[in-house]
Amino acid sequence: MADRKPDIKVDVPGLVHMLYNQLTILSVVIILAIMGYTVYITYLDAYYQPEPDQPVAAAAPAMPVSGIVNGVDTETGLIAKGNWEIVRANCTSCHSAKLITQNRQTREGWQGLIVWMQETQGLWDLGDNEDLVLDYLATHYAPEDKGRRAPLKDIEWYVLDLTAAL
Amino acid sequence: MAEKLSTQFKLHPGDFTRRGFLKKSALATMGTMLGADIVFGKNLPPYTLPLAFQQSDPLKELGKHPDMIILNDKPWNIESRAHLLDDDITPADKMFVRNNGLLPLDNDPYNWTLTIDGESVPNPKTYTLQDLKEQFTHHTYQLVIECGGNGRKEFNPPAKGNQWELGAVSCAAWTGVRLKDVLADVGISNDAVYIGYYGKDIHLTGNPDKTVISRGVPMEKALEDETLLAFQMNGRDIPIIHGHPLRLVIGGWPASVSGKWIHRIAVRNKVHDGPKMEAPSYRVPCEPVEPGAKVKDEDFCIIESMPVKSLITYPKSGAMINKGQSLPIRGHAWAGDLRVSKVEYSIDFGATWQSADLKPAPNRLAWQRFTANVDFPQKGYYEVWAKATDSEGRSQPMLVPGWNPKGYLNNAAHRIAVKVS
Ligand code: HEC
Repeated sequence: MADRKPDIKVDVPGLVHMLYNQLTILSVVIILAIMGYTVYITYLDAYYQPEPDQPVAAAAPAMPVSGIVNGVDTETGLIAKGNWEIVRANCTSCHSAKLITQNRQTREGWQGLIVWMQETQGLWDLGDNEDLVLDYLATHYAPEDKGRRAPLKDIEWYVLDLTAAL
Repeated sequence: MAEKLSTQFKLHPGDFTRRGFLKKSALATMGTMLGADIVFGKNLPPYTLPLAFQQSDPLKELGKHPDMIILNDKPWNIESRAHLLDDDITPADKMFVRNNGLLPLDNDPYNWTLTIDGESVPNPKTYTLQDLKEQFTHHTYQLVIECGGNGRKEFNPPAKGNQWELGAVSCAAWTGVRLKDVLADVGISNDAVYIGYYGKDIHLTGNPDKTVISRGVPMEKALEDETLLAFQMNGRDIPIIHGHPLRLVIGGWPASVSGKWIHRIAVRNKVHDGPKMEAPSYRVPCEPVEPGAKVKDEDFCIIESMPVKSLITYPKSGAMINKGQSLPIRGHAWAGDLRVSKVEYSIDFGATWQSADLKPAPNRLAWQRFTANVDFPQKGYYEVWAKATDSEGRSQPMLVPGWNPKGYLNNAAHRIAVKVS
């Protein structure tokens, strides 16, 4: 799309500062932690041949088998079924998929939303993909009858010590 | 800041060796971006990134309490929870965020200006932030700012948008100058009908010609004493995500009239027509409709004052206490443009009501503190319900009120669960 803003650059001084902080605290080594983007890892074996200097026999450390965990794409949070990749391609460039996964609508409701985004927010014509997107949304993000007011749920019970407050 | 959070350094499969070690080329690229060599990079365990390239905890980076709930991270929409809102004056870390677009790239207070123009301004005028601070008297008010869609999550059939549960409300202390003082200085003609703000946030498409949101209020509301051009929140600079360096703050109406990063206010000779003034945004059907009804654009009316509402902010829902103990409860009640005249609570699903102690507001459009001590007749599961009544006799409903397509104005009574054993 022509009017999209270029990606914002990584803030180099900020990152350097963060890095030096870590170096100071631990004197010698950079603190390490597990990388979040398991999705990229998924396809490593498919893309890369073993490098000669790396022994292949040793068991690889436990690593996620896929970017899809329990049927959900870990990067976007979208249910990874049916036409989800078309939805990811068309629906996650302006806002995150969290806006989609929060919502529940009928096919008609989802379509109304697409029309609203096209009329007011710069969403493009989805062409033949519109039906595919609507199939997906109406199947996986359909409304459930909540009634006029649902009972309280997911209550986290805890002991309230009232003597301490006195 | 926030968009930095959503701009992550993306690694590609080719950046790792088969066993997950970062390749030299990837390390070199990252080193360049950091401006430093990644010492011992070869020794990084498989599939790990130097810490500087990981997405850190966004709530922490945004200065938000860890128990806040992120509804959306692009744009930022973050809600608070009832028990986090216990303070009389909402601190920044517990204040909800409803952003419609991306944070402005420019928020330099030293070069910030505000232009007042529009059909009803014969001589448009531009002030620097410094001018505003120096030329006009400062005022501080505690103002309730509640998203029009707070409580949307409960509507059935579901309404579109961020699914706020109950935490899209705050009452902070805002300091600034009165909009009416500034408008008096500019001079407005008597055909003025409405104001409309313009902010520096960026449309999600990145298109600089697209206004994210531009809403406003009728002149009568714009000229109230409490309508501020605010440059401080709780005695400090406004946090960037809440509108630094200049925010229009209008208590009691949907929070979307309190525009952030304001650089322009138009005084209009008609109802303002900026983006998100039009149906269905921040509008409800003029006449009540059945749940799920289709409503024509022309049958929507703009939301003005928010309805009476309350929250039990102590204890947190889920408290287990012993039989014979009296449970102290407290919370806040507010009523849009009106006052709250009483708050009652019930432990029997509304069959009987007891009154809570209710304090007057510190100023108009601030929320009011209520407190009570609740006794339970026997062991068991209870819900404590709170119900506020405004100065015109309207109370909160027990069920979700009138359905509307965008799920605004849910002021159903707040409930907390209590177990007595
Ligand atoms: C061209 C940019 C763009 C694209 C692409 C886009 N949207 Fe949106 N969408 C928006 C904007 C802007 C909003 C308003 C965001 C806000 O107010 O927080 C929005 C809001 C929404 C909302 C909330 C609606 C509401 O009333 O607040 C949903 C749900 C949504 N989009 C789903 C989708 C789906 C599904 C797709 C793919 C078909 C999509 N979006 C693609 C721009 C876009």
